[in-house]
Amino acid sequence: MNTKIIRRSFGLTLLLTTLLACNAEFDNPVGDETHFNSGSADLSHFVSLGDSLTAGYADAALYLHGQENSYPAILATQFAKVGGGDFNQPLVSDNLGGLLFGGNANPAFPNRLILNAETESPEPIAGISTTEVFSPLTGAFNNMGVPGAKSYHLITPGYGDPAGVSASPATANPYFARFASEANTTMLSDAVSQQPSFFVLWVGNNDVLSYASSGGTGTNQLGNLHPSTYGSDDLTDPNLFASIYSQVVTALSAAGGKGVLINIPDISAIPFFTTVPFNALPLDQETVDLLTSGYAEYNAGLQAAFQGSLITSDEQQERSITFSVGQNAVVIEDESLTDLTGLTLPSIRQATANDLILLTTASKIGEPVSEGSTSLWGVNTPLADEDVLTPMEIDLITTARLAFNASIKGIADSNDNILFVDVAELLNEVQQGFSYGTGSINATYATGDAFSLDGVHLTARGYSVVSNEIIDTINTGFQANIPKVDPGAYSSISFK
Amino acid sequence: MKRLLLILLYFSISSSAFAGGYRLSLQGQKSLGMGHTGGAITDSAEVVFFNPAGMTFLQSELDITGGVTPIQGNSAFQNQITQAGAETDNPLGTPINFYAVKKINEQVSYGLGIYTPFGNAVEWEQGWAGSHLLNTIELQTIFIQPSVAYQFNDVLSIGIGVSYVTGNIEFNRNLSTSLADENGVRSNVTIEASGVNAWGYNIGMLARISPTITFGIDYRSKVELEARNEPADFRNIPSSLQNAFPDTTFNADLVLPAEFTLAMAYHFNAHTVVAVDFNRTFWSAYENLNVNFNNSAGTSLNPRNYEDSNIYRLGVQHQIEQFAFRAGVYIDKTPVKPGYFTPEAPRNDSIGITSGLSYAISENWVLDLSYLFLIFDEFDASYDFYQQSGSTIPFSGEYKNTAIAFGFGVQYKI
Repeated sequence: MNTKIIRRSFGLTLLLTTLLACNAEFDNPVGDETHFNSGSADLSHFVSLGDSLTAGYADAALYLHGQENSYPAILATQFAKVGGGDFNQPLVSDNLGGLLFGGNANPAFPNRLILNAETESPEPIAGISTTEVFSPLTGAFNNMGVPGAKSYHLITPGYGDPAGVSASPATANPYFARFASEANTTMLSDAVSQQPSFFVLWVGNNDVLSYASSGGTGTNQLGNLHPSTYGSDDLTDPNLFASIYSQVVTALSAAGGKGVLINIPDISAIPFFTTVPFNALPLDQETVDLLTSGYAEYNAGLQAAFQGSLITSDEQQERSITFSVGQNAVVIEDESLTDLTGLTLPSIRQATANDLILLTTASKIGEPVSEGSTSLWGVNTPLADEDVLTPMEIDLITTARLAFNASIKGIADSNDNILFVDVAELLNEVQQGFSYGTGSINATYATGDAFSLDGVHLTARGYSVVSNEIIDTINTGFQANIPKVDPGAYSSISFK
Repeated sequence: MKRLLLILLYFSISSSAFAGGYRLSLQGQKSLGMGHTGGAITDSAEVVFFNPAGMTFLQSELDITGGVTPIQGNSAFQNQITQAGAETDNPLGTPINFYAVKKINEQVSYGLGIYTPFGNAVEWEQGWAGSHLLNTIELQTIFIQPSVAYQFNDVLSIGIGVSYVTGNIEFNRNLSTSLADENGVRSNVTIEASGVNAWGYNIGMLARISPTITFGIDYRSKVELEARNEPADFRNIPSSLQNAFPDTTFNADLVLPAEFTLAMAYHFNAHTVVAVDFNRTFWSAYENLNVNFNNSAGTSLNPRNYEDSNIYRLGVQHQIEQFAFRAGVYIDKTPVKPGYFTPEAPRNDSIGITSGLSYAISENWVLDLSYLFLIFDEFDASYDFYQQSGSTIPFSGEYKNTAIAFGFGVQYKI
């Protein structure tokens, strides 16, 4: 083939390409920035304040990918299209998660979870974390999300003091210690000093969640207005919450900025509390017979207690333990039952659909309490208080949460510069299956794409759905037109 | 023969479907110029495809007509709610056609046609919003159709053809809306079947009821391409899932639907002819594109449930000395029902505007040109039958299509 033919065939191709050039274009293409605007909001100095959900925590760890896809980071990316400024986050050093304390790993801060499809269980990703707690970052950080923070921590001086991290018991939070401006500062103070023109506040989750995720082993601090006397798993007093929340919002608004307040989701919308069924125990006839005779003495004791008028017939019914072939309710400890230890009867019963068995209990049910033991969790040994939320504990959580949410909404409603985002309602929708047009997410553990492998925190995709809800609220409330994001473009869980 | 097929496959690579579904109506330059009518037109060997009964009505003893019709089609998708947007980057399609007709005597003619009536090439950006439905698809088919026609009298003839069909298909999509490997690259599967062979037939009748009016009826049978134990390549699978998703083989059937044509041509005079064709394509045969994998992916259920669809075609030709000028228009109704719209054949109703030109170089040689422009409206559509982890995940948004074809061919007749 000579060059002439090559040139000619090239020319022909060029001609054809020109003749047939056609792009499919929409009348109103997405991404057309000419329509975007921030309405009455000034997004130039955006600060977010909150806890792990704000930090981008996921899969039981704070890792780079999670931070890069935190809802404040997603918002900031969209805000940048309508006048938003730089958005600095206190980024960790790697994608493993996990923290080093003076070079030492700490089992309380393991690497992020990945799903092992062969064992069908989550496990921490292999590798040695490189994020050092005691090498503090400098500068101001727009994302003031600190995993573990409760409402009152926002105004607790020394919550980011490295010395307090090492104290026993710890008085400071290692995540905040990494980027607190000084030892004695507060989270709120570091946020306010940035004079936000716009802020998002999502705090209060841990005020109920740490009580809930510890199986209700903490104390309900109703009436106690002194957080310094609280234990880490306690339920915060709603009046204390309301007064701190109001103080925080006032301080954040001091620079004249506008903001968004986000409420607290219901634990019944969170897979950590809803994944393990109450009747998680499959039994065959032989085991049923064995267990039935094993519990015969306890059931007979209940009958005696009823006849002695120590318990009602309802309680006798509730506490009687029966098994049949197939799926059976696990046996749990319930401290709210009448104390019959005088009759050597433990406070146990079988779980019902009204109990919530924690995700962390899943690996325990039916397993021996110690190696080689014939005592099996939930079978002939009751699941402990820390494994289960009973209806009484759930009621306490719900009461506190509704009080918190009422305070949040009340503060938002009374201030024209502040909008309210009902994430509780959003996550209720997610539980039913939430469609965003090009895909959908639901709250099913591991496969629903909304929640990360810790069962509490969201995936990047879940956080993007929250971001869209916030953007919707801003667009409506502040007459803005900020583009939303495509949740399908954000990641879900990771497999091994 | 094998070598010929290889060459033909090379040429017919990547034909963008632009009719409803993956029917590719580009079976001749002269016909395309007149809105792809031809069921009652008898001026070239293109009749082998359009109506083999017309072979006996050709004037010449031998007619060889062939060409290529490069077509560029693209599609765009967007969702205003999520701001998701994507555009295809489809390769240029080059469907070919070759026809030859030889007259044996006044009653009998025989012929051969080689053409590519079904094809599709759609390439979305890897990992786009609909990647769980499709990343890329490429379908090629070649029909090789020997034919014979018999003329009863001056008015009526019938013709029949038998088609040997060979097809290739390659299809890539992500395994789910989220599964990714350790590096965040989405897990995907490619299925590939080449040299899948099948048989079909077509039968036609032509009636020249007066010197000015011709009627034609043509029926083309459906063809089922059955891929058996062809390779399925699973890529970017996270390590703990690799035992569950090894590379494997798959079985799948793809139906190329039957088509019925009713046609009429009216000769105003020796120079001007008008043609009207009605096509009904029996797309209801395309119920699903289910793929059976021989690993734990199991059966991928992909309901399609197309419905039969119509195309209405009108064309005109006017001859001035050695030039023939053609123009045409057609309305192509989509076979896709609401809720079944997939990005693998993202076409909606369209209007085709065509034009053509022929130049007779000599008594024996004619050059043919054709041009097609398809008009599509923007439209909203969804696919509501994608299942994942037991829940249905709809995929909806706006689509916009374009397609332009520019064909050239040669006719030799004696």
